[in-house]
Amino acid sequence: MPAETAPTVFRAGPGFAALLRLELLLALRRCADIANPLLFFVTVLALLPLGVGPEPELLARMAPGLIWVVALLATLLSQESLFRSDFEDGSLEQLTLCPQPLYFAVMAKAAVHWLVTGLPLALLSPLLGLMLSLPVEGYLCLLISLLLGTASLSLIGAVGAALTVALRRAGLLLALIVMPLYVPVLIFGTGAVQAAVDGYAYGAQLAVLAGLLAAASALAPLAAAGAIRISLDN
Amino acid sequence: MAWEWFHRLGSPRWFYHKTGAWLPWLALASLVLLAVGSAWGLGFAPQDAKQGNSYRIIYIHVPAAFLALAGYYIMAVSGAIGLIWKMKLSFVVMRAAAPIGAALTFIALFTGALWGKPTWGTYWVWDARITSMLILLLLYIGVLALSRAFSREQVADRACALLALVGTVNIPIIYKSVDWWFTLHQPASIKLTQSNSIDPSMFYPLLTMIAGFYCFYAWTLIAHTRSLVLQREWRTQWVQQALGEGS
Repeated sequence: MPAETAPTVFRAGPGFAALLRLELLLALRRCADIANPLLFFVTVLALLPLGVGPEPELLARMAPGLIWVVALLATLLSQESLFRSDFEDGSLEQLTLCPQPLYFAVMAKAAVHWLVTGLPLALLSPLLGLMLSLPVEGYLCLLISLLLGTASLSLIGAVGAALTVALRRAGLLLALIVMPLYVPVLIFGTGAVQAAVDGYAYGAQLAVLAGLLAAASALAPLAAAGAIRISLDN
Repeated sequence: MAWEWFHRLGSPRWFYHKTGAWLPWLALASLVLLAVGSAWGLGFAPQDAKQGNSYRIIYIHVPAAFLALAGYYIMAVSGAIGLIWKMKLSFVVMRAAAPIGAALTFIALFTGALWGKPTWGTYWVWDARITSMLILLLLYIGVLALSRAFSREQVADRACALLALVGTVNIPIIYKSVDWWFTLHQPASIKLTQSNSIDPSMFYPLLTMIAGFYCFYAWTLIAHTRSLVLQREWRTQWVQQALGEGS
């Protein structure tokens, strides 16, 4: 069957792939934007032992929560610029005029955001776990939970970034409206690592994280696409 | 024909003229119910076997917490109606519901802290229910902050409605938190389907207070919506007329 007769929905694939490639290329050209969240992540975690004290037992108990909260903040900080430059140069408006649903454009942007912040952050986490003397049992679970969790965070944060893209100095407002929505991910992410450290099964928490990711990837791009259309009216 | 009143309710003008007559009755009902309920609950209901007199905070705490949650649904549902059917009035109701809901959530948290001190020996614990109420407060504040951030009223309406809808994902978690995580907070005492775990002599004053709070909520919501309607439509002729008659 020739491609022209295929329904519009099925033709979204090539557009999605092209946008994903373009966004990834753009992100890789701006190395500082990739390095900044990671440096923030490492710097804050280096400051924390100075603040709470360097005792290994204390740090080991707090490590899952500390790593997760700092990962959340690093994601949040990098999220503000998700749609910003596209909004300012007008290409966001062009995207809304494309025949493919805006859903896929948001999905591509969130995916690239995760690839350049969430993924390196998760890969870096065992090293930081080592620095915070996290017990060995927790490493695998920390890595998996961050891989699943930061993807949800990228998607949920895209809604907030889309809502505030038309506003000047949106950083704090974005934090205020997105943080409460991050809570379930944080609860189950730290819960999984804590369970792993204590020697319990942590499959259930990871399953919930995967469920949250499934729900977020179905709903968050829809909400973000709606929010972009609202923001473009302002 | 019978549904005509329902369609008319969507017009700000009709709403303003119709609900003016409801306000005194709602005010009367809520004041009577709250007066009777608080006198009954605070003065005449028996002391609790375990908690003594301190349990009486329940008569403020539980109705406020009920309406803090119900108010979020009212805000989100009216926002959704506005987004779907582009009704001006339902956006106004949504905007009016946000500060009232935030205030009720704060009252629930504050009375909860006061109640926690004599019974648990602490003002604050990171218990599932308490934390999720704090998050509810943050959700309300997020909607309020977003509504102040936009310069154009219509854009702010739609953005807030979207944020309120996204936030509803958290509400069932709050509702169920007491049953799922059995921590310090007691599970819900009032159940519709099973028999209550609370004595009738304490339950009826609580029911009166809840009814009073619902009337009070309706009263403040309608009053606030009316004032927002006037603010938004002040250029129109009917508002000039309505205000001219009033003064």
